[in-house]
Amino acid sequence: MVYKITAEADRQYIDEFREAPITHHRSPGLQRVLNVMRLYRGGDQYILIARKEFQDYVIGRMPPLRDEPIVIEDDLVFPSREAAEWELFRRRWHQITGETIALNYEEKPA
Amino acid sequence: MLKITGYPDRYSAEPGETIAFKVSLEENDRFEARLVRVIHGDANPQGPGLKFRHIPSNADGSHPGFAQSIDAGSYMSVENFPPLDAAFTFYTMIWPTLLRRDDQTILAQWDDKSGTGVHIGLKAGGYVTVTLGGSEGVTQAVAPKAMVERQWYALAVAIDPARGTVRIDQSPVIPYAMSDDRVASEFTLSPAQAASGLMLAGTPLADATVGRHFDGKLDSPILISGLHPASLQDRLMRTPRDIELGRSLIAHWDFSRKIDTAETVDTGPYCFHGKLGNLPTRGMKGWNWTGEDHSWTRKPEHYGAIHFHSDDLYDAAWETSVAVKLPDDLPSGPYALHVSCGPSDVDATREDYISFFVTPPRDAAKRGTRPKLCFLAPTCSYIAYANHAEHITARGVEILMNRMVHFGHSDLWMYEHPELGGSLYDTHADGSGVAYSSRLRPVLNFKAQYHSWLGGHGSAVYQYNADTHLFDWLEEKGFEYDVITDEDLHRDGLALIEPYDVIMTGTHPEYHSTAMWDAMKAWIDRGGRLMYLGGNGWYWRVGFSDHWPGAMELRRAEDGIRPWIAEPGEYYHSFTGEYGGLWRRLGRAPNVMAGVGFIAQGFDFSSYYQRAPDADNPRARFIFEGVPDQIIGNFGLVGGGAAGIELDCITTDLGSPTNMLRLASSEGHSGFMLLVNEEFGPVPPNLGGDQNDRVRADLAFGETAAGGALFATSSIAWCGSLSHNGYDNNVSRITENVLKRFLDPAPFPTSPDTDGA
Repeated sequence: MVYKITAEADRQYIDEFREAPITHHRSPGLQRVLNVMRLYRGGDQYILIARKEFQDYVIGRMPPLRDEPIVIEDDLVFPSREAAEWELFRRRWHQITGETIALNYEEKPA
Repeated sequence: MLKITGYPDRYSAEPGETIAFKVSLEENDRFEARLVRVIHGDANPQGPGLKFRHIPSNADGSHPGFAQSIDAGSYMSVENFPPLDAAFTFYTMIWPTLLRRDDQTILAQWDDKSGTGVHIGLKAGGYVTVTLGGSEGVTQAVAPKAMVERQWYALAVAIDPARGTVRIDQSPVIPYAMSDDRVASEFTLSPAQAASGLMLAGTPLADATVGRHFDGKLDSPILISGLHPASLQDRLMRTPRDIELGRSLIAHWDFSRKIDTAETVDTGPYCFHGKLGNLPTRGMKGWNWTGEDHSWTRKPEHYGAIHFHSDDLYDAAWETSVAVKLPDDLPSGPYALHVSCGPSDVDATREDYISFFVTPPRDAAKRGTRPKLCFLAPTCSYIAYANHAEHITARGVEILMNRMVHFGHSDLWMYEHPELGGSLYDTHADGSGVAYSSRLRPVLNFKAQYHSWLGGHGSAVYQYNADTHLFDWLEEKGFEYDVITDEDLHRDGLALIEPYDVIMTGTHPEYHSTAMWDAMKAWIDRGGRLMYLGGNGWYWRVGFSDHWPGAMELRRAEDGIRPWIAEPGEYYHSFTGEYGGLWRRLGRAPNVMAGVGFIAQGFDFSSYYQRAPDADNPRARFIFEGVPDQIIGNFGLVGGGAAGIELDCITTDLGSPTNMLRLASSEGHSGFMLLVNEEFGPVPPNLGGDQNDRVRADLAFGETAAGGALFATSSIAWCGSLSHNGYDNNVSRITENVLKRFLDPAPFPTSPDTDGA
């Protein structure tokens, strides 16, 4: 039985992730949350689509069978990978815990 | 999406020679082309940016173009096979692997235009079908019981085309309790009007493609006149041939013969030999494999199966769009045909860089004075990774990358075009490993501007486009060099690289044939100076074949970091008969060649090197000239550091020379930099770089007994750090120091009594 993410135990890692969605070193607790969130359990696979490399990203959903097309969410455009990671984290958090994180990602200077 | 892409007819050519470029356009009917030297293919705004230099040539200008397609799927064809208009029985051993696919072909003598002939196939779910087409229309029999995937069956189909009678017998070679997969059924269909030709595992279609492919193995297909029971199959497969049965035999293909070729042998009296299309996998265990020998050269009779795949591809066979004559005075180096059909936007890329290399002339009269530096372009590794699609076919890539899986326009196009064929990292749709990769097709990741789902955070470049970091640095520093490709080295051996004092590798020279390995080792042992600027080099053995030029074979045997695993008994190359797998498992660990060998892998972030005591050894003084730094390479476009992606280290037990100096070692890796499989027996709990001190890259140097030397960065990410701070950094300086000394013809000391300066 893998670790079960709960709002009570894992809410503490939200700020750490929001501060740096892609980073070199994370706390073990946050890495565990991310690993569990990223486990593939069937269904669609979220992907990051670079419409323009280094500038313009959207989220996509890749279906389990390749015969079906990728669904591209082009109504939500992100200026960075980090912003897209934050959006996906929010969705997964809501899906797992029922809680909504009403915070946006703040772009950092390059 | 991509609106234009293409490939060259070869990856290397000499000045004055012509390369044929095949281009496909999805929009409009013309494209622009020009020849460019590729300098830097990484568009990361943190780096030097894209750099190409236009080379005037006959390519310049506008060319007509059109959409070209790829007809994937392997099969066997016999061209002049006579019509099966009299009663016959077909026997085969069959091992189906993808039964959810509908409308597969086992045998076809079928005219798709008129809907006439005979077709034996499989319906979705694994039900054998027999279809007869004639003047009364097309009718089909369906076996009442399905086959089970990856089980061997003896199949017998007896057909009287004139009367339309069909009998299907299917029995498992291994009968399991409670299984219900036997068939012994008879049917009456409309009569068949015979067609011509014969195909196994595919059907020729009206549009001149081959479709309705079979996924799985066929073994010992036999055609005999008359209607015969299933029980005759054993007698037919016995050797020497039963004389009585021999009088009725039409054809008996023995796939255990000529395994290393593109032909199949009909041992029957008419010699209806077959040709294989699209490179199905050979040297595969047959229905009768016992495991008493694992080599098809020693026990071919146990390797009478061919594994066909609906997604095999050998040659895209596109028409040539523009034949470019390379200028006679073109310097050796990395080039591309830049093609475009309009401006790119967020939805589509409308340009492509079709990569190739210009090699120096072989003709002594044309060579002139050559540089003493050679870049060995790792085209074997580019081909191994060609159209790498694990981000599409595997699941769990996000967790391994520690970030969302990246798709660019090329990847979206790749997703919609599985007929492009996969890399040697991919599995076929039926789950079996892709054992052959061909360069006779568009390779979307052998191009400038391709940013990969691999390659670390930052530039996310891998293989070819990561190597452009080195092309750029060499150009910036003004070093002249020749380029030889892996394929050239395989073909021409030591003589080709003998003129060079220094050979530089790319970032990831992972795949090598025996001929390449031997030539490189000989060159080193005769005094060559190797600058190994990457990681995970000399890892896997590959093979080539004169019967399938342009294709390369790999068997992911036994051990190693591998995304698919060859089945026991299928470790020997069909092309060469050699035992496949890791060079380490063959007794030639990478350490023997380059002084260091693979130790760890991690795809998110890179780290820095910490100077080690050997850096102050007088023998290494030249390396650290102007570099007093303790920390080396804590910057870079590939994961933010010079030590990353894949790392090597010094291990004398595996063959690292005992005189190798450990100049610096990386540290500070995250838990995602993981020890590789072959470095542990029982699985330790501390596999990651945050808890395991074996996880490190060793910056290494050592002299060789012939007066040459080895320098190893032991890191794929090293070259991504070369351009940092306007090329003024300690990674660039160390690389330049080494290159300058290596280009100095003064031999390196071979005795400890000699001054190590």
